[in-house]
Amino acid sequence: MAELNIRERQAGDVTVLDMDGRITIGEGSVALRSAVRRLLEEGKKKILLNLAGVGYIDSSGIGELVSSYTTINKDGGQLKLLSLTQKLQDLLTITKLLTVFDVYEDEAEALASYK
Amino acid sequence: MTEETTRLVLPSHIEAVADAAAAAADFVKRCGAGEETAFGVDIAIREAVTNAVVHANQRDETKEVAVTFSCSTGALEIEVSDQGRGFDPASVPDPTDPANLMKTSGRGIFLIRNFMDNVEWFMRPEGGTTLRMRKKL
Repeated sequence: MAELNIRERQAGDVTVLDMDGRITIGEGSVALRSAVRRLLEEGKKKILLNLAGVGYIDSSGIGELVSSYTTINKDGGQLKLLSLTQKLQDLLTITKLLTVFDVYEDEAEALASYK
Repeated sequence: MTEETTRLVLPSHIEAVADAAAAAADFVKRCGAGEETAFGVDIAIREAVTNAVVHANQRDETKEVAVTFSCSTGALEIEVSDQGRGFDPASVPDPTDPANLMKTSGRGIFLIRNFMDNVEWFMRPEGGTTLRMRKKL
């Protein structure tokens, strides 16, 4: 089984990536990077990462989230996060990144927040 | 609880991280640690072995990473030894400093320090660095 499974769906002009697994050095981080790159190449710049199924992220995965955020912003897009598990929330709090990312618990609210 | 020690020697490829984490999970359970301790140890061992494989041994498969788990009354101790050239932990920038917040790397040691109670590095006379981490039970 893949370390990180990513399913893509469209909600209006927002692309939602439903992620399931772990975002860690190697396969998980690469899968996230590849998915974001592909979406940007396809002109899909409003991206919502649904992290409800991600129980673990390491420093490499956190770095990949930061990298995705920066890359998408530079391309004129927006990256937002949905449904952080408690452990992810704790890790982003400790690393002071919770204030950097736009984080939502409710998908409808997250979708409505895109300009 | 009886005193117990387990030692693993792993090759310098990234799969060693998951192998060390699996061994740590098993060890932590046998030592009677709770879920919160297990989570902290999981993070610390993954970051420590990642650093040993990637930064110290530079994925050179002729080099090894040795991991020792010890458990005694009241504490867990984990040592991760690499065959790298060493580094100064004090020189690692604080990743929560606003100037470093958007950097895509440099959070591993910060997480180890955050989740373990006592962390120290020492250079071994024969070469390589050992990271010793302790967590109270």
